[in-house]
Amino acid sequence: MSLLARLQSLDRRWIFLLMAIAVAGPILWSGLTGKTPPEQPTDAARRVLKVIDDLPEGSRVLFAFDYDPASAGELQPMATSLMRQCAARKLRIVCIALWPLGGNMAQETIAHVIRADFPSLREGVDFVNLGFQAGNEGVMKVVLTDFTKAFPKDARGQAAADLPILQGVRTVRDFPLLVNVSAGYPGSKEWVQYVVSASEGSVKMIAGCTGVQTPQMYPYYPGQLAGLLGAIKGAAEYENLLNGVMGGDPAPKYLEAQRRMAPQLFGHLLLVGLIVVGNLIQFMGRRGTRA
Amino acid sequence: MVLTRLIPLWIAIVSGVAILVSAFIRPMESWGENFTDTFNVIAAIASVLGAGSLLKANLAKVSRRDAGWGFALVVLGTFLITLVVGLGKIGVHPSHDFPQADFGGKQETADTPFGWIYEFAMVPLTSTMFALLAFYVASAAFRAFRAKNLEASLLLGTAFVILLGRTFAGVVLTGWLPDWASGLRLENLSVYVMQVFNTAGNRAIIIGIALGVAATSLRILLGVDRSWLGGGER
Amino acid sequence: MAGTAADASILNAHRLPLAAWIVGIGAATTIFVWRARRGKPPTIRRIAALEAVDEAIGRATEMGRPVLFIPGIQDMDNIQTVAGVTMLGRVAKTAAEYDAAVEAPVCRSLVMEAAREAVQASCLAAGRADAYQPDRIHYVTDEQFGYVAYVGGKMMREKPAACFYMGCFFAESLIFSENGNSIGAIQIAGTAESSQLPFFVAACDYTLIGEEFFAASAYLSGEPDQLGTLQAQDSGKVAVMMFMVIGAVVATAGVLMPSATWLGEFGALLRKAMGG
Repeated sequence: MSLLARLQSLDRRWIFLLMAIAVAGPILWSGLTGKTPPEQPTDAARRVLKVIDDLPEGSRVLFAFDYDPASAGELQPMATSLMRQCAARKLRIVCIALWPLGGNMAQETIAHVIRADFPSLREGVDFVNLGFQAGNEGVMKVVLTDFTKAFPKDARGQAAADLPILQGVRTVRDFPLLVNVSAGYPGSKEWVQYVVSASEGSVKMIAGCTGVQTPQMYPYYPGQLAGLLGAIKGAAEYENLLNGVMGGDPAPKYLEAQRRMAPQLFGHLLLVGLIVVGNLIQFMGRRGTRA
Repeated sequence: MVLTRLIPLWIAIVSGVAILVSAFIRPMESWGENFTDTFNVIAAIASVLGAGSLLKANLAKVSRRDAGWGFALVVLGTFLITLVVGLGKIGVHPSHDFPQADFGGKQETADTPFGWIYEFAMVPLTSTMFALLAFYVASAAFRAFRAKNLEASLLLGTAFVILLGRTFAGVVLTGWLPDWASGLRLENLSVYVMQVFNTAGNRAIIIGIALGVAATSLRILLGVDRSWLGGGER
Repeated sequence: MAGTAADASILNAHRLPLAAWIVGIGAATTIFVWRARRGKPPTIRRIAALEAVDEAIGRATEMGRPVLFIPGIQDMDNIQTVAGVTMLGRVAKTAAEYDAAVEAPVCRSLVMEAAREAVQASCLAAGRADAYQPDRIHYVTDEQFGYVAYVGGKMMREKPAACFYMGCFFAESLIFSENGNSIGAIQIAGTAESSQLPFFVAACDYTLIGEEFFAASAYLSGEPDQLGTLQAQDSGKVAVMMFMVIGAVVATAGVLMPSATWLGEFGALLRKAMGG
């Protein structure tokens, strides 16, 4: 069988193997050497940093965890860094979730960031996890009129209305900033459509979303979205900026996004190579037919 | 006819109009929430039907010894184990605030059997399935991204810009360009493509979809399209 | 921020422009449906994906393999799922006429019930009540990737000849369509999720993009009433395009002629009219 014929009938499992090597190799290299590819932050990531930085100390932030473990590979690093900046700025963080497993993601993020590195912060006073609430955009409509009706209890079972962090909170408009990390529906698009648009500018929003969702969110940036972190690239840029601002030697958990850029680099290079080879096969096939 | 078509039709019309109007009239805002909550309750109750269907289908497979009946046995086993462990709150620690109350603890905490099912079964399995996408993207790129005509070639070029611009490769390849030509650097070009071309295309699709949703919703609310009820005939 | 004095009124004044658009589209719908009933139905352009439905089902019949229909992964409160179930009814009717089996594993219990009703009614309408087998439409799991794993495995084992993906999809769109491609099935997809459209376009034979998917039910029914609503949909698009052109001209003129303040005021008025 000629080379062209072999390539035209290539079993796709060879391509899977190449992708596995392209992703696994850099992960191992990064793990052994501790090195990460350099990052050049874009305007969108800088804006995210600035929006959180501009909030006065003690401001409330609504942190919506709209993703599950399937998307955690892409979204957990940005959730970790976003919570880190909010905690470092001494903002009061109220975590909610509209995905069933989002409450667990919030709990894990709180454990990894706040309990580990900001132990002086008190639950119920400086931060709280209100957990998951079913209802998708129905919940978003309710928080516009009565926040504690939508989230009556926190994850520990305590009444939300009794929590010091929620004193004076009537609706979502009482949160100057909404930080949403989302993997799909319900997610950033619904928050923009149902909450940001309805709040007429009183609620600013930052979104962190998966690569597939990012093109959908660009029409809302920078109008309805004050900042946008798209995919692991956006997370890496933001992480890089934040580590520069926080200084010191960041813990490995605050370098995760940058670590994952190495497999992304080689994965993308492989995709470019596959596209080139695919087109070469097509041209060679056409020339063979004409001859 | 009345039960299967007329009543559901009027339920859809009344609730649809109520939700629509509740967006504009403040005293009626809670009506929309109430209808949405009603749907959520109905969907939760309907999950019993789904569970019944799942059990029936898999039990039938096992009893008939159809091809792959072993997998059906696994489905049944894991379904029952998760149901019993979750509903029965097996191994759940007592609630911190109410230690005397039976079944007061939460089964979602990490060191409970339900938490282990989540941590050691659910998380790895869903992550694995999601990770399949990386492999499928590679095979799709190899097979489908061919420069067959001008539009496909433009798509290819854009794909190269984005693929390279979203990684450090873009910086290496075009970082040497002077400041006056910085717009042509791949990382800036990829942002430009996303913010201008992608946004324009997405806005057009979003507007078309919004109008499609509006027209479909009106067809249903006005009773013009009843095929969703079953049959499609008026 | 606390509510303002305006919040005390009964009407939500900030949403009045949106109400005006809804009334306008509703009025256009009424007018075009009325015109269609008076014997002036609109001409709809050919949509290749919908023309291929019969071909796909015919292929399945010839090969003696089933047709797989996935109505998305959301519940019946999502308009895409309603459109998907409607399409399932149409596909089931054609399949009943051709004597092809339609399998529809679903992700939500309510969708299972609605799909069963739709398929049963379609089989009755085709005069093939015996073709309806409720077990072919069954619930799998609510969990997204559990459902994906089941459907992927089913496709690899049973190798359906035709696969329809009509509804709301997320990350599983590429997994479904690549699997379908690997088994040589003819694939027709339709979704309004713009993030998933590129995956369907790359891997499926035909794709209904956005509003084409919502038009599918009306297109296949051929009823003048429903075709009239398509015309109303297009008239809404024309109105939006007019606003876009006028707005772009006004905004550009405002930049070129900063002294003409009326341009800025007119632009603000247009923005308000568009709900901004």
